[in-house]
Amino acid sequence: MKTVGFVLTRLARDRSALFGLVLIAALLVTALLAPILATHPEDVFELHPAERLRGPSAAHWLGTDRMGADVYSRLLFGARITILIGVIAVGASLMVGVPVGLVAGYYHGWLSDALMRVSDVFLAVPQVVLAIAIAQTLGPSLPNVILALSATYWPWFARVVYAETRALQKEVFVESTAALGASPWRLTVLHVLPNIASPIIVRASIGMGFTILTAAALGFLGLGPPPPTPEWGRTIAESREFLPDAWWYATAPGLAIFLTVMGFNLLGDGLRDVLDPRLRRARIARDD
Amino acid sequence: MRLLALALHRLAWFVPTLLGLLVVTFVISRVVPADPVALVAGETATPAQVEALRHQLGYDRSLPVQFVEYVGRLARGDMGTSIFTRRPIAEDLAHRLPATIELTVVAMLVSVLVGIPLGVLSAIWRNSPFDHGLRVVTVSGLAIASFWLGIMLQLLFAMRLGWTPLNGRLQGFPPRSITGFYLADAALTGDWPTFGAALLHLALPAATLAFPALATLVRFTRAGVLDVMQSSFVLYERAMGLPRAVIVWKYMLRSALTSTVTQIGLLFGILLAGAVVTEAVFDWPGIGTYAVNSILRSDYNAVMGFTVWAGTIFIVVNLLVDVAHTLVDPRERTT
Repeated sequence: MKTVGFVLTRLARDRSALFGLVLIAALLVTALLAPILATHPEDVFELHPAERLRGPSAAHWLGTDRMGADVYSRLLFGARITILIGVIAVGASLMVGVPVGLVAGYYHGWLSDALMRVSDVFLAVPQVVLAIAIAQTLGPSLPNVILALSATYWPWFARVVYAETRALQKEVFVESTAALGASPWRLTVLHVLPNIASPIIVRASIGMGFTILTAAALGFLGLGPPPPTPEWGRTIAESREFLPDAWWYATAPGLAIFLTVMGFNLLGDGLRDVLDPRLRRARIARDD
Repeated sequence: MRLLALALHRLAWFVPTLLGLLVVTFVISRVVPADPVALVAGETATPAQVEALRHQLGYDRSLPVQFVEYVGRLARGDMGTSIFTRRPIAEDLAHRLPATIELTVVAMLVSVLVGIPLGVLSAIWRNSPFDHGLRVVTVSGLAIASFWLGIMLQLLFAMRLGWTPLNGRLQGFPPRSITGFYLADAALTGDWPTFGAALLHLALPAATLAFPALATLVRFTRAGVLDVMQSSFVLYERAMGLPRAVIVWKYMLRSALTSTVTQIGLLFGILLAGAVVTEAVFDWPGIGTYAVNSILRSDYNAVMGFTVWAGTIFIVVNLLVDVAHTLVDPRERTT
């Protein structure tokens, strides 16, 4: 708890990290309270053809879409999908990537070589390209998007954990724990893992932003959850044929994606500065 | 000799990585779907037709045999036939590659020519309003969805202001084909009106594609220059009374750039991935639009063909960057 408090105080001193934290908090509140905050919560499924493509007004803060639904209300419910995709995809990547990195980092031999080669192959292709191939094969749906993103993001965690584990093995405390007869399981999970938590957390925060951006791109390309899901990327794709007149329709979801991803990126940068003392010193040396 | 050995060592990893990529695409296309043949045959096919197609495609053999055949076909440049265009996929992709390369190269040039000087300036004037302002730009560049940025640029510059065309590579006839790159062809044949039109068509997609890459470059250059500022050789040059401009733009930049060169591989990845969505937004007739159209038509072989191509290009570029890096940075040779 003390560490959490320490990290939070340091983060609060970093203006941009604090801004990121506020953005993420706002996103979480939006997602949780979407039914209360939405002015037209029923518009996720209902159609009002008579009111289609109206501009922003007191009744419809961000205007209405091609179905006559309230853009603002659908945006709020879209936040739920975004968080769902980000959390599950990054969580699944963690659950695959961290053990792979630990095993590959702890053991020296063909197994760790093979594991790192496999993750190198995944890193050798831009994520969106592989994710497109997977999502296309499986068909457009929410679980498939999450699967495609997890299957392509785990190598980033594997690589980080591998590098950190290898670096830690030179430390005296790891050597002495091993000399005391600790099992590999005990050594890695109880001693190595807590000491490499910082880079994993930083990677996870940046990964959230990256994953959400890729998910939006998949949605835009028609590989995301099918309509009437208020997914942000799909909404932007739908809005294109009504430009330039219905400018609010395309602008609002894009801004939502932008603010969300920026929140996670800023938080990730801030966490990196707080959690990694080596970098912190470098920053002070640079007086910035 | 050492250098040659290093290059060969890097080259030795090329084949396994490429094979690994092929395993991944093979698994995605043959193993993941419940029945890949039914997918190819379409929904209206009878069971007998599906079985016939299964035999014809060789899908009734064991997976390892299928994989060897798959790699063998790819090695001969055969990626199968597109269901939609009814032409060989390799041919389709090769035909569309110049458009993608032209767009990517222009975006890369823009991001390098703008990003590196900006990065240097923000390092020199760190914590100034200029630096803070630029930080807002770089943070935005990494957070913005490029397809949305493209649409917003279209909305403003093409639809409202009418300064640029909405989409496409060129209206009317392309210049006489010499290289396949419209800009180069127009310049070579002296067709300046076409050159201008091609440039105008390029402006929005290139800006869209360049923005995230530019943000990355500014960040790396800034960090690199700040790092070099601390080093003793800069202190020495200052003490020697070298003009500040010479120190900054000659010695410091050269030193900071060695780390930026490594990032060009990464940059290329960003550009290549970005090209898929950017091309889709601007109807740019490159391999990205081809991939997206294939997705929309469930043209399965074509999507896999694109994945193999994009992956291969990416691996090759990274290999070249690795080798170039050892050439540029003398320190690399001794390690």
